[in-house]
Amino acid sequence: MKRSILTALLAGFASLAVNAGEYNISVDRVQIDTGDFVKEGIGYNGASPGPILRFREGEEVTINVTNNLDEMTSIHWHGLILPFEQDGVPGISFPGIRPGETFTYQFPIVQAGTYWFHSHSGFQEPNGAYGAIVIEPEGREPFRYDREYVVQLTDKHPHSGDRIMRNLKTSADYYNRQQQTVGDFFSESARNGFVATLRDRMMWGEMRMMKADIEDVQGFTGLINGKGPEQNWTGLFEPGERIRLRFINSSAMTYFDIRIPGLTMTVVQADGNNVQPVNVDEFRLGVAETYDVIVHIRDEEAYTIFAESMGRSGFARGTLAPKEGMTADVPELREPPLLTMADMAGHMDHGDMNDDDMAGMDHGGAAMGSGMDHSAMGHGNMDQGSGSSLPQDPFYAQGSGLTPVASNGGRFLSYADLRAQNPLYEYREPTREIELRLTGNMERYEWSINGIKYEDADPIVLQYGERVRFKFVNETMMTHPMHLHGMWSILDVGEGKWNPLKHVISVAPATTVYMETEVDAPGEWAFHCHLSYHAAAGMFRKIVVEGGPDDQVDVSAVAREGGDA
Amino acid sequence: MKSWSRGVLLLPLIVAPVLSAHADKDRAVDAHSAGAQWGIGAEKFEYRYSDTGEELAVVEGDAFYGSDELKFRWLFEGEWEETHDAWETVENQFVAQVPVDDFWDAKGGIRIDTPKGPDRVYGVLGLTGLAPYWFEIDTNLYLSDEGDASVDFEAEYELLITNYWIVSATFETMVALSEDREIGVGKGLNYTEMGLRLSYDLIDRAFSPYVGVVHERKFGDTADFAEGDGGSTEDWFAVIGARIAF
Repeated sequence: MKRSILTALLAGFASLAVNAGEYNISVDRVQIDTGDFVKEGIGYNGASPGPILRFREGEEVTINVTNNLDEMTSIHWHGLILPFEQDGVPGISFPGIRPGETFTYQFPIVQAGTYWFHSHSGFQEPNGAYGAIVIEPEGREPFRYDREYVVQLTDKHPHSGDRIMRNLKTSADYYNRQQQTVGDFFSESARNGFVATLRDRMMWGEMRMMKADIEDVQGFTGLINGKGPEQNWTGLFEPGERIRLRFINSSAMTYFDIRIPGLTMTVVQADGNNVQPVNVDEFRLGVAETYDVIVHIRDEEAYTIFAESMGRSGFARGTLAPKEGMTADVPELREPPLLTMADMAGHMDHGDMNDDDMAGMDHGGAAMGSGMDHSAMGHGNMDQGSGSSLPQDPFYAQGSGLTPVASNGGRFLSYADLRAQNPLYEYREPTREIELRLTGNMERYEWSINGIKYEDADPIVLQYGERVRFKFVNETMMTHPMHLHGMWSILDVGEGKWNPLKHVISVAPATTVYMETEVDAPGEWAFHCHLSYHAAAGMFRKIVVEGGPDDQVDVSAVAREGGDA
Repeated sequence: MKSWSRGVLLLPLIVAPVLSAHADKDRAVDAHSAGAQWGIGAEKFEYRYSDTGEELAVVEGDAFYGSDELKFRWLFEGEWEETHDAWETVENQFVAQVPVDDFWDAKGGIRIDTPKGPDRVYGVLGLTGLAPYWFEIDTNLYLSDEGDASVDFEAEYELLITNYWIVSATFETMVALSEDREIGVGKGLNYTEMGLRLSYDLIDRAFSPYVGVVHERKFGDTADFAEGDGGSTEDWFAVIGARIAF
């Protein structure tokens, strides 16, 4: 008897040894060379992007983070389910990591899949402070592959984050070089008639809104695993192999439309969670989202991974090749899309950011009136007018200029295609609904939730054990990737328990999207738009989960500690 | 002590509470909010050659610091005349600016004119913002230490030839509600100034050289005063300069 206890104990220790990993990360000033420019930035272990952290599900990780900067830093483990003190958000989870300090994170790994990590301090993330996380599952995966690569994208800009924020605040269209010109006016006049074109411009002009308002921050170089299009990140393979590509969008601001011309991609995972496989020709990777796809390459050819920004102002490019140095054609960027009246509808229905601003409402009403009168013309002006004949993606406004279309005319992944492979939660009725209007003032570059910026807002208080239904109403003309820390976002695609688990929910202009959250993580969490400059401008909330399984979490103590730092 | 210097001394009293309020903000807000911003630039930084051989250097610059809710702005306008080797216009405005609508800011403060001629100090109340159809508007009511009131109005429209070549059309006028003979201001419409400038964004939007034409015309008593002083009442200028923003 004694002996068996001893054996069990020893076995326990052994498994503990196997299942406890210690990792060291230093936060360093680094040089980032995109091929187009070299920029001083921030990286991990001397490089940007930082290392790929490989964990095992069930492992207890210890991560020592040493801050070699002369400013505060932090690391947030994006998408990981962990105790809130380990979540790495300064002022919410912990005070932050001081210059010279080594902070030790310690938490169990309770999930598997593709995730990432990044600084949650200031604009360190756009400045280069990000890396990938790959978690191997305890059990077998429901798909097969021979080889895997992390494909981590970013939109590296020659300006620092602080400077970009300042420029946007001074002039919201500072970086927008896709604005409609006199030339566009004449070519459109030739197509749609002078009067119709003039009316269209007057309509948008009256609202002081721009059709070309899709990418706030242009002028970046798209990077794949830290390499610019010319530097051409290459993943090698043997013909006949199935290759798993773990796509991660670590951009500050940029959505990417991704395709590998000549290959069909099988989407097997979204935001780290297995989904029922979907074959697609192209997919849109929102900021901070991840998708895992599997491609099967039979021949000894090179294939280009082509990631066009949603607004077509830039791209990232990499190659899958049987031999180093082999390349495939790099496609041209497609025509930039333009927003339509459909994308403006949310803004007009609800007036502007200030609820008391009836003047804004009146203006909106007037413009809508004239828009209605000439609705046929409005459609003609869509440029990508063919959009109306395509099957509608329910996650875009009807007639939206942003509705994605596969470049080969094939299948473009929609949120509506996502089904959980193995639901984590039983489906149950939500206990209540919280409406969150995504609001802003583009001209002033102010972003907010329910018209209130973070600095003026009270936290959203949730009760442990409830299931909350969040209703996102996008009243702006921008697309917002909303990220909830600490708990899963169950995207409502109308499939009950098969609704997929995500950590980022992208909400297109003038749409309403629902997600549900099982409130199963006590403590204080961040919740925000993951576009860096939208979050910093105020589209951010603190979420407080009251109560808990043991009700011992002293939330206020941590908050005080944070406040004193 | 000149009256305007008292006004300047009051400024720190306005600024100090704002700065200390900022310091009190909690860490989470500091770590995740853009906070106060600043900017400095010159909308006009140019040399003007008139059809009568007059040469002028003109600067219209501004600098600001502040949040979405409250900004402090310094506006400078200077006109240096080559032939007289003198500053015909030196105008400094110190204003606080608050949003009053999605697209409009109200501003209030003081304006101090210290040109070659007599000095003036004004109280300023203004409105600045973006009107429908993308007209940038700036209008102010001034009340001088001599008790004279005037109103100015500026509009600008930018036409994008391409996303880098930009034509900007400007219109500026001033109406005085009473005469201030000493500084050449007549009652009623004083002047209009219209400009057309073609610029190219050479370095981001930080440095945009331009060429253009400016038409200036004085009216009524103001025109008479100018003529009496040996000046002209209507001028065409060729201009060369740059728009600068940091």
